[in-house]
Amino acid sequence: MFVQILDLVCGGLLLSGVLMLWRRELVAIVRLLVVQGVLLAALAVLLGVREQSVELYLVAVGVLVLKAVVLPGVLHRVLRDSGDAREAEPLVNVTSSLLAAALLTLVAYAVSRPLVALAPSATTRALPVGLAVVFLGFFVLVTRRHALSQVVGFLLLDNGIAATAFLATSGVPLVVELGGSLDLLLLVLVLQVLAARMRLTFGRTDMDELQELRD
Amino acid sequence: MTAAGVVGVLVQVAVVVGGAPLLVGLMRQVRALLEGRAGAGVGQPWRDLRKLLKKEAVRPEGTSWIYTSGPLVLFASTLVIAAVAPFVSTASPLDGVADLFAVVSLLLLGTVGLTLAGLDTGTAFGGMGASREVTIAALAEPTILLAGFALSARVGSSNLADIVAGTLATPAQVLSPATLLAAVAFAVVVIAEAGRLPVDNPATHLELTMIHEAMILEYAGRDLAVVELASAMRLAVLLGLSVNLFVPWGVATSSAPLALLGATAVFALKVGVLGAVLATFEVFIAKWRLFRVPELLAGSFLFGLLAVSASFFLA
Repeated sequence: MFVQILDLVCGGLLLSGVLMLWRRELVAIVRLLVVQGVLLAALAVLLGVREQSVELYLVAVGVLVLKAVVLPGVLHRVLRDSGDAREAEPLVNVTSSLLAAALLTLVAYAVSRPLVALAPSATTRALPVGLAVVFLGFFVLVTRRHALSQVVGFLLLDNGIAATAFLATSGVPLVVELGGSLDLLLLVLVLQVLAARMRLTFGRTDMDELQELRD
Repeated sequence: MTAAGVVGVLVQVAVVVGGAPLLVGLMRQVRALLEGRAGAGVGQPWRDLRKLLKKEAVRPEGTSWIYTSGPLVLFASTLVIAAVAPFVSTASPLDGVADLFAVVSLLLLGTVGLTLAGLDTGTAFGGMGASREVTIAALAEPTILLAGFALSARVGSSNLADIVAGTLATPAQVLSPATLLAAVAFAVVVIAEAGRLPVDNPATHLELTMIHEAMILEYAGRDLAVVELASAMRLAVLLGLSVNLFVPWGVATSSAPLALLGATAVFALKVGVLGAVLATFEVFIAKWRLFRVPELLAGSFLFGLLAVSASFFLA
């Protein structure tokens, strides 16, 4: 039962990451981030149930509040203020992105095989999912030009790292999780301010505007 | 090959051939009701077929035997799938033929027959439809295979009856990520292969958008009746496959008459419900631009690939 729910949650994490590449509307992408945050919290709860650890429940609550409520809320605000709700043209078109995602997932499986072999169990076998989400986050960061998409890519990357940490270590200590979360929150707030400044200066939030120096 | 087994195969073929036009009628009726129209009734496709069968087949000048045999190839290949796939019973005497690869290549054979016929007419529409159909088939076929792989990996056999029996034996597997991903991939491919929205609009004759209709534009009378019946059967076969691969409950595991009767009823119900759901879904969406279709199929290919990798790594 535990293994099945774990597999479902991990499958959901990967699927929401992939769907973020597929969708063009930023509102939908932010909604997928909420789903991913909830799934990540569910993963923490699941591990908490197995390890009988109250600390993990607290971590789960922290993850849920930060990744499913606060950060998507911040992104929604940016989106409402900025007005352009679509990733106009990514550097790599959607069809190729999806094929690249397939490739990245296979790479994640390939590189994590030695890690899984160290201690084969249900949780470590799902480790490639965390790595795949990390790769997808990198891919979004590299190929998307909208400032908000970049933030999404960064959050995807962080979700992947969190999932990998949960799966590899059967739960992270509360202090580590708190430190990481605060970092993340601060970074997203800074990026929000940056996006707002960009919009004031250029009228839109396309990263290509940042290529040359101006007065 | 026992007599009971032969009866099972005959029942299956009769259900698919007789029920396919009714399925199309049901889907049109659901759509009509949702759009606030009265609709022509579930039996209308059969009435259309009867009318077409009485008419003489007019063939364009200059077409060869390829044009004449296109509908027959489509019909025959679909008929073979209807006979061998485990729709009503898994205890079929043709069990060994019901291989995943065989069924997929039979599906492709029908597509190729019709596209060649479309090219053979030499008209602009025929060629355009054929080119589009081949594009979509080339993108959809790998996904069907991948989704099938994901299902066969856990059973260790690409035999369809074995896959269905395997799912019946361990029902919990239906909720595994591999199966769910495969189901999504398979659903997208079924929509593309059957020529439904958002890939192709089965009701349109608008020149810019039609795919399937463009290929069969020149057919008339008996030939058209065969094409229409075969297309309806193809839809029924694809829906039946997806229903039985992912929700196999109700399939007979023996050839006892009562079991066959019950399984037939359950199968008709399942396919009918799936068809109605598909028709409802179609009311709310518009046809996609042709250039976005590869995106959809790349997505479903990705799902298929993830399903295969998940069936190896997560299980």
